Amino acid sequence: MTALAAPPTTPATAARPRRTRRRPPRWRRLVTPIGILVVWQVASRTGVLPEEKLSPPGEVLRTGWRLAKDGTLATHLLDSLYRAAVGLLIGAALALVLGAVAGLLRLGDDLVDPPVQMARMLPHLALMPLLIIWVGIGEELKITLVALGVFFPMYFNTYAGIRDIDERLVEAARTCGLGTLARLRHVILPGALPSLFLGLRLAIGAAWLSLVVGETVATQSGIGFLMMEAREFNQTDVVLVGLFVYALLGLLSDLVLRFAERSALTWRRGLKAT
Amino acid sequence: MATRAEGDVVTARGVRRVFGDTVVLDSVDLTIARGEIVALLGGSGSGKSTLLRVLASLDPDATGDWRAAGRLAVVFQEHRLLPWKRVADNVALGVTGPDVRRRTAAALAEVGLAGRERAWPAELSGGQAQRVAVARALVREPELLLLDEPFGALDALTRLKMQALFGRLRAEHGFAALLVTHDVDEALLLADRTLVLEGGRIVDDAPVPLAHPRAPDDAGFGPLRRRLLDRLGVPVTT
Repeated sequence: MTALAAPPTTPATAARPRRTRRRPPRWRRLVTPIGILVVWQVASRTGVLPEEKLSPPGEVLRTGWRLAKDGTLATHLLDSLYRAAVGLLIGAALALVLGAVAGLLRLGDDLVDPPVQMARMLPHLALMPLLIIWVGIGEELKITLVALGVFFPMYFNTYAGIRDIDERLVEAARTCGLGTLARLRHVILPGALPSLFLGLRLAIGAAWLSLVVGETVATQSGIGFLMMEAREFNQTDVVLVGLFVYALLGLLSDLVLRFAERSALTWRRGLKAT
Repeated sequence: MATRAEGDVVTARGVRRVFGDTVVLDSVDLTIARGEIVALLGGSGSGKSTLLRVLASLDPDATGDWRAAGRLAVVFQEHRLLPWKRVADNVALGVTGPDVRRRTAAALAEVGLAGRERAWPAELSGGQAQRVAVARALVREPELLLLDEPFGALDALTRLKMQALFGRLRAEHGFAALLVTHDVDEALLLADRTLVLEGGRIVDDAPVPLAHPRAPDDAGFGPLRRRLLDRLGVPVTT
């Protein structure tokens, strides 16, 4: 505000607006999160925040370390990762195939797209009661939930990615003598790739979400189970550890995907460089 | 080089294309001899590009009889390079046989872009990108080039350079070409024959009896220019 209030009186201050507009130091963005942590810790210490409602951050850290050291965390994490991976694989593969069929073929569009568009309107987590009747409450339920959550964002982005490809490029490829398969490989697939990556990122987000819900139902393992079990004993520190693990998983998968995206779409960086 | 061998590279009879109730091409006859450059002129919406697309087998809904030479290549008004492929891979797209890399490099050198193999299309200027598109056509050693207003989207200076380049390439390779253009000067500079398309038919077919290299201030250029403009419905009064 002070920078704005300073009136630009002298004409010889060409460098001044540049100086005032200089980017603020990065650590400034850390101030609020650290502040929240400090307030949280202090509030816990002074008893403003009762322990049974929310454990202090130090306690959460200690619990996290303990669970990591005795292997509990790793066991549950691996189970959760397995469910997420299998569900993601099934859901994404199905979405890729159906999205490609609907995006590439007019007949496929007419047959596949309407039911998918209709099904999109139901929140897939609301299918849980039906799914329990169909596949039971075992692993199948968790994997099916994840696959369902993954399917929709992946399908729509595959479909849109194919549809958004410039028809003129396809035409040019045809005049270069490329057959259907070669056009798929050299034009359609790379052209739809940015959309596919976007779809995958949304899909992974949906996978974690589905897992969180799925693992609260009749499970003996998984991060969600860890949290539900801790809730019964009012162990808010373990619940918080679970929450942080979920957040970390989301963050990590996003990072990995963004890295893969950047190396697969180098041509887009060239676009930005000019 | 204009008569490298006998035979025609394009023969078309009664080509017809209808969009809904609009007849865009109404029985077009067209023959292009080996090595001949034919300019196709006409007002906008006269069906020039439609005819070119029919010959390029890009229009499955046209009727009539036509045959185009085995090796043909197309250059569009926009460069239509694949943004996700480097320049060399764009040029070599769909090219088979030995020595693809060497041939690609040679084609790029011919259009004045030697050494730009690794560039991305987005890093090129409009003129450079269009030259890559020309190289992509050349590398196929076409007997027939189909050019759809290839220099129409370029600035005036770049267009002049590209026209000169086209003249040199033609002298070297002796390909035949159908050049769709709305630029009368361009047609008279480059073509051996000019056609005027109007109302879905070819209403004018005239040779360009000028020696190469040509310039718009050559004697004989003016009368041809006036005549063509007159046929296109733009009479020059001065």
